[in-house]
Amino acid sequence: MSMHGPIATHRSATGVPSGRLAVWWLLASEIFIFGGLVTCFVLFKLNGTPGFEDASLTSVTAGAINTFVLLTSSLSIVLAHAAIEKGDREKSFRYIWYTIGGGVIFLGIKTYEYTGKIIHGHVITENLFWSFYYTMTGLHALHVIGGMVIMALISFDIRKGHNYQRVELIGIYWHFVDLVWIFLFPLLYIANF
Amino acid sequence: MSDAYAHPNYVKIWYWLLGLLALSVVGPMLEIPTLTIITAFGIAIVKSYLVAAYFMHLKFEKKIIWFLLILSICLLGVFFFGTAPDLMMTDGDQWIDCIADKSCVEQRL
Amino acid sequence: MSQAAAAVQTDTHAEHHEELNFLHKYILPVDHKIIAMQYIFTGMIMAIIGGYFAYAFRMQLAFPGELVPLYGLVGPGEYNMLVTNHGTIMIFWVAMPVLIAGFGNYLIPLMIGCDDMVFPRLNRLSYQIFLVSALVLIASFFVRGGGFGGAWTAYPPLSSVAEYSLTDWGASLWILAVALEFVSFLLGGINFITTTMNARAPGMKMLDIPIAVWFIVVAVILFMASVGPLVAGAVMLFMDQRLGTSFFLPSGGGDPLLWQHLFWFFGHPEVYVVLLPTMGIVADIITVFSRKKLFGYRTVLYTAFATGGLSFVVWAHHQFIAGIDPRMANVFTVTTVLISIPLAEMMFSYIATLYGGSIELKTPMLWALSFLAAFLIGGVTGIYLGASAMDVYFHDSYFVLAHFHYTFFPITIIGMFAALTFWFPKMFGRMMNETLGKIHFWGTFIPFNCIFLPLFFLGLAGQHRRIYNYDHFPDLATQELQNIRIFATVSLVVMMIFQLVFIYNFFISMFKGERAPNNPWNANTLEWTIPSPPPHGNFKTLPTVYRGAYEYSVPGRELDYWPQNEPPEEN
Repeated sequence: MSMHGPIATHRSATGVPSGRLAVWWLLASEIFIFGGLVTCFVLFKLNGTPGFEDASLTSVTAGAINTFVLLTSSLSIVLAHAAIEKGDREKSFRYIWYTIGGGVIFLGIKTYEYTGKIIHGHVITENLFWSFYYTMTGLHALHVIGGMVIMALISFDIRKGHNYQRVELIGIYWHFVDLVWIFLFPLLYIANF
Repeated sequence: MSDAYAHPNYVKIWYWLLGLLALSVVGPMLEIPTLTIITAFGIAIVKSYLVAAYFMHLKFEKKIIWFLLILSICLLGVFFFGTAPDLMMTDGDQWIDCIADKSCVEQRL
Repeated sequence: MSQAAAAVQTDTHAEHHEELNFLHKYILPVDHKIIAMQYIFTGMIMAIIGGYFAYAFRMQLAFPGELVPLYGLVGPGEYNMLVTNHGTIMIFWVAMPVLIAGFGNYLIPLMIGCDDMVFPRLNRLSYQIFLVSALVLIASFFVRGGGFGGAWTAYPPLSSVAEYSLTDWGASLWILAVALEFVSFLLGGINFITTTMNARAPGMKMLDIPIAVWFIVVAVILFMASVGPLVAGAVMLFMDQRLGTSFFLPSGGGDPLLWQHLFWFFGHPEVYVVLLPTMGIVADIITVFSRKKLFGYRTVLYTAFATGGLSFVVWAHHQFIAGIDPRMANVFTVTTVLISIPLAEMMFSYIATLYGGSIELKTPMLWALSFLAAFLIGGVTGIYLGASAMDVYFHDSYFVLAHFHYTFFPITIIGMFAALTFWFPKMFGRMMNETLGKIHFWGTFIPFNCIFLPLFFLGLAGQHRRIYNYDHFPDLATQELQNIRIFATVSLVVMMIFQLVFIYNFFISMFKGERAPNNPWNANTLEWTIPSPPPHGNFKTLPTVYRGAYEYSVPGRELDYWPQNEPPEEN
């Protein structure tokens, strides 16, 4: 546990530790950002705007594998949290890096997907569906990258014995990134409705 | 400072998630629109509940956080329903096709 | 938290610090008080820029086609850039940083009795991102094509297509600046909310929190909930501009009305985001200077929640004539008129607080009272605009402009001066000059009314907004109306000259003012229990709170105030 910083950081009148409370507020605001994009997507889709049938052109296999990868990485980060709660620094460190590995695979598959689509002429300006596809998955990917970077920093920190509580916090963030993908997958990959 | 609760069996939840993922991939393949919506989106909601409740420990968290998250989703719903009439009803029954129906010219509409 | 746990951590960490060097004290501070000053000073500098723009375009309106002294010629494109950036700067780079980030940062830890924000380094990062956003906006004025001129509302296709806006990179830098400012305030907001929820001094229950703190926190929550869809929209608009997507272009399947909805879904709660902090500050000032309890603390709190909640369902009243479904206009008219109820109730509570009080007309009180008077006019004229039938005539006219200046100006400028004159002794350890303060007050308030009251009548006469020269409109180019424009502009110049009085007072008092005691105003809240200015770590020992913030003139007590941390008398 770190005692650096002001006393304010370690008080908790609500009973929820400040770090966790702050992450939940962050997620609430992120719900509005991704939610805003998703709502706009749904508005256009339900309106029958041309282009949205292109959801059949995205590879369900790639999307499903990515969903599997993110779900598994969610498991590994929560196991990392369980490990650090027992004080097992080395195990937690390993599991955090499994999660980062999952992120790398996810980004790899997305890169493969993007490349394939762009080569076939499905660029961001083709129609509204593709604009949303690249924007939503791109913003999501940026959050994945950000999460991976922070996870790496936290892993080194805990290995030195500091700030164990941050594993849970980055875990909650990572689960959120997973949740967004859980919704992006049917929206962008399933077409026939 | 960790709250005392028994850890759920994370791996078991993961198996459930993978099963649901399989269902949500297979369901749309049957090409029945209603079934697609139930499997693709309904299952997404179930999956997100599992991740939120067990992986994010919302089941063991103070209720206020659930409330915050549900409220956020509801506000997005407000945005959707406030915007939808404009974006989605461009051919409403209040519209007169003024070019086809010359009467609106006489009525100076 | 138990008393025992509190007892363990009563001494602050101040003793464990070596003295910081200049870089880490003033340029890269983590102390919330210094970060607050950074926000306030940056906001004041941006106010000068925003005010300068207002001067330039008002001179153009009063003396069309003539060279504006100290500026140059204001052509139509230039005019659009000036009005756009005046609005953008005043809302995002003056109102929010000074009232929310500045005073929020300064007051929250002090008023809830803790030694800093919960995340001091996040606090520092928030300011740094904010500073970058201000610099990006200023950079947008110097790129080819100049600054963005599509109004602060940035409706596409004007804002998304460079051939229409004529400000290719100016428009993109504008969006980038606004987006960065949003990120800065999202991060800052998390800090404020977590600190207020978690770091309160022992004994401070929710209902003991001063209204200023409550309202800043509610404002920040409103901001965080409403800005998300606009961040999404800003990303989409940026892509329309730079990548040629068609999110908002009908030719590509998009819809310009979607931007309007995304913008105003944020834009309406935003006005309450800026209103609530000033309302909170005014509550704290009027209670101190009428030596009276706040009339209906809980009522005031609930009206703030009601206003905040309702603010999410009124947004399309900005779009009544944009082509929205008229049936939705019905819905939004009802909700808009409804929202005036909790706000009126709040005002009534404030007036009831004043009634029967022992009023001291010190400078902060003058500002607080003038806020109530001016905001009342602003609020009432808003009801006219909320009725969609009237709005058909009033939309985009000077009536709207006068309405929102009668709300925004009290919120931003009057609120800023009220807060600055009230907390100056605490911040700088010296008293401001009362006489100069009063001169500055009257020299601001009277010209303010002279500028904006006539504008209602211009609006009624049919004058529309965002027009650089009314010579082209015969009905509006009459000498009578032009005289009104000149009168308003002259009043603006007079008001700006009087600001020099404030600048002089502010800086002279900072160095030469009479030394301020801990509690010059005999107020109750915790910031007045510590030295002026507060030391690093704020409280030598963390206070324990025994009562609410508004126990003034309690019967049976010798003193007419009762600090929150004073233990109850043994009887």
